[in-house]
Amino acid sequence: MAGIELLSDQGFRVDGRKANELRRIQCRLGVFTQADGSAYIEQGNTKILAAVYGPHEIRGSRSKALHDKVLVNCQYSMATFSTGERKRRPRGDRKSKEMTMHLQQTFDAAILTSLYPRSQIDIFVEVLQSDGGNYCASVNAATLALIDAGIPLKDYVCACSASFVNDKPIMDISYLEESSGGAELIVATLPKSEQIVFLEMNSRLHEDNLSHVLDMAVKGCKDIHDVLDQAVREHVGEVAAISGLE
Amino acid sequence: MVDVQLSDAEKTYIIHGAQDNLREDGRGCEDYRHLEIETSVVSTTSGSAKIRLANTEILVGVKVELGETSPENPDKGRIEFFVDCSANATPEFEGRGGEDLANEISNMLARAYDCPSCLDMRKLCVVEGKKCWIVYVDVLLLECGGSLFDASSIAVKAALYNTSIPRLTVTHDEGHTELELSDDPYDVQRLDVYNSPCIVTLSKIGHSHVVDASQKEEACCLARLMLAVTDKGCVTAMKKEGSGSFDVSSIEDMLETGKKVGQSLNKSLMEVLVSEDRNMKKKYMTGYLR
Repeated sequence: MAGIELLSDQGFRVDGRKANELRRIQCRLGVFTQADGSAYIEQGNTKILAAVYGPHEIRGSRSKALHDKVLVNCQYSMATFSTGERKRRPRGDRKSKEMTMHLQQTFDAAILTSLYPRSQIDIFVEVLQSDGGNYCASVNAATLALIDAGIPLKDYVCACSASFVNDKPIMDISYLEESSGGAELIVATLPKSEQIVFLEMNSRLHEDNLSHVLDMAVKGCKDIHDVLDQAVREHVGEVAAISGLE
Repeated sequence: MVDVQLSDAEKTYIIHGAQDNLREDGRGCEDYRHLEIETSVVSTTSGSAKIRLANTEILVGVKVELGETSPENPDKGRIEFFVDCSANATPEFEGRGGEDLANEISNMLARAYDCPSCLDMRKLCVVEGKKCWIVYVDVLLLECGGSLFDASSIAVKAALYNTSIPRLTVTHDEGHTELELSDDPYDVQRLDVYNSPCIVTLSKIGHSHVVDASQKEEACCLARLMLAVTDKGCVTAMKKEGSGSFDVSSIEDMLETGKKVGQSLNKSLMEVLVSEDRNMKKKYMTGYLR
């Protein structure tokens, strides 16, 4: 994009971040009482709510039931007012369907699915405000909601995006950086074992640079893990204090 | 809506309670539950509001767009309502499951606002017969805890109050019309929502009626009457819902109660909105982080 310098000579990005800096993450667990687990996350200006229901009986047709593991059912929807231009419908468009599928695959890999055969876990993600990195924030929010629901996971699932500007990899890109036409690498990892459960790249990137960008994204996932872990510990501490466990 | 299953004994308890003006949560028949409102929560909108009425959680975003005027009303802007029942509220709303309820709510809101005195649509006209502002009101239902109609109408009114429309200057130049947007982002036009209605739902429980029924109470009520009441006590829309029936005299009673409750609801809502508008700069933690 002409006119906008995504990374200045001094090493600062448009929003004032350094190349290896995340946007500010603020989150809360247990925002709703009706859902089994729920969480809210803000990554910069991207705001996402996630709710988890289950494990419960299969809803709808029984033929969907899997005899050896739990059925992970996701739905990704965006509020019609979440983007700069108003969206016509909150879900059902191709992008949301793809996102739903990606979330499903990601969490299929992270949940200990064999513990609940013939059951179903619902993960519902609602984007309230979008400013880039929707998939990443959705995964992070859904992880927190799953933890709030007490569903056994192999590890936290943390997702982070990265791009490549002026021969330098940049971490956690915003909508502006996303739409400038550069490469976009999205990674979801299990941070402790450094296993990658989801990987997607848009646009083109020279093969030599791939490892740098991937390293940056994985580093981002680890940083996010630290933030989420702290939030979970604080939340559990509060809940324990309220219920007098201490 | 979300199923609540009650035994006969529980139902009797609730019905008798409503008769004695003492409900299961200690309220009187004409009392609302605790209500929290917050405006300016989503920065991608022209105006937004979040409301929490006990367990009911609703987020409303208002977006204004420049569009063509309609042939029937060339001198007026338009307002359009869209309701989305998020699956976050209950898994039953997944996919298209919430569509019926969503349509019902959006139709009721559209009817409530379809009254010339509610909102001055003429102010939204930019160039007569050509351009006008279209106000898209998007209601997002995030958690169900009863009284969805009431809560959404309150949230809509708050979001409309919070809405700011950029000021345009129109210049006519040899048959061409030019629109110029003000450079100052604070040079905006606000909507006058003083006369906008709030919906009051009166649920008939036994022989008496209650406002703001909780989910348990909704389970014992066979018929409800919804009234869209303005600050002056005008009723702009009315709708009976449910499988039961009313007699004429009880509708009259309910109208009286509805008007009275609606007027005080409108009054306290406006007080809160005005005071929140004044203290806007003081808040630092918003939305769900509190």
